[in-house]
Amino acid sequence: MTADLINDVFLAAAALFVVLAILMFYRAVAGPTTQDRLLAVNVLGTNTVVILALLAAGLDEPWFLDVALIYALLNFLMSIAISKFTVERGGVL
Amino acid sequence: MIDALYFWSIIVLLAFGLFFTLVSAVGVIRLPDVYARAHTASQTDTLGAGLALAAVALALGWQHATVYTVLLLFFVFITNPTAAHAIARSAAETGIEPWTADDEEGESR
Repeated sequence: MTADLINDVFLAAAALFVVLAILMFYRAVAGPTTQDRLLAVNVLGTNTVVILALLAAGLDEPWFLDVALIYALLNFLMSIAISKFTVERGGVL
Repeated sequence: MIDALYFWSIIVLLAFGLFFTLVSAVGVIRLPDVYARAHTASQTDTLGAGLALAAVALALGWQHATVYTVLLLFFVFITNPTAAHAIARSAAETGIEPWTADDEEGESR
């Protein structure tokens, strides 16, 4: 009974994290500079990692954690690469 | 007794994680320039993600998946401030001026 309750709590927390991640789209769309958009996408990616971990605990599917680990790695690589390209070439493209 | 302590520690960790992530979301949306936003993203978002991942690690108990969760926690703690630092540095090197109190009241850039 307690295990079911904890699973429900994790799923509810994942839903609230989804709401907070959707709020980041405002800054990603309206951000005046490239760095603002990049920062919003970075925070959104961190939220996505947390949501995947919460779903792994809430749905009892531990392989979601592998996806979360790869996603965190790619998120970090994306931030570093785009911030380097904006300095050296004045843009990503 | 131990069950109740275990349950409530998970609830408290999740609640603080949600609170700090809410602070980070409000900061990224409301603060005036990119340096202040990088500041709030590097601090409160890292703490919120770390507390939520700690709740997951506590709930999973002793098994293989907990090792992944703790690795993910350390990885987020190291890489998230590094990424925010790189973004703020690229903003400085592309010539974005920091917002000061002399600027127009309520005007964001």
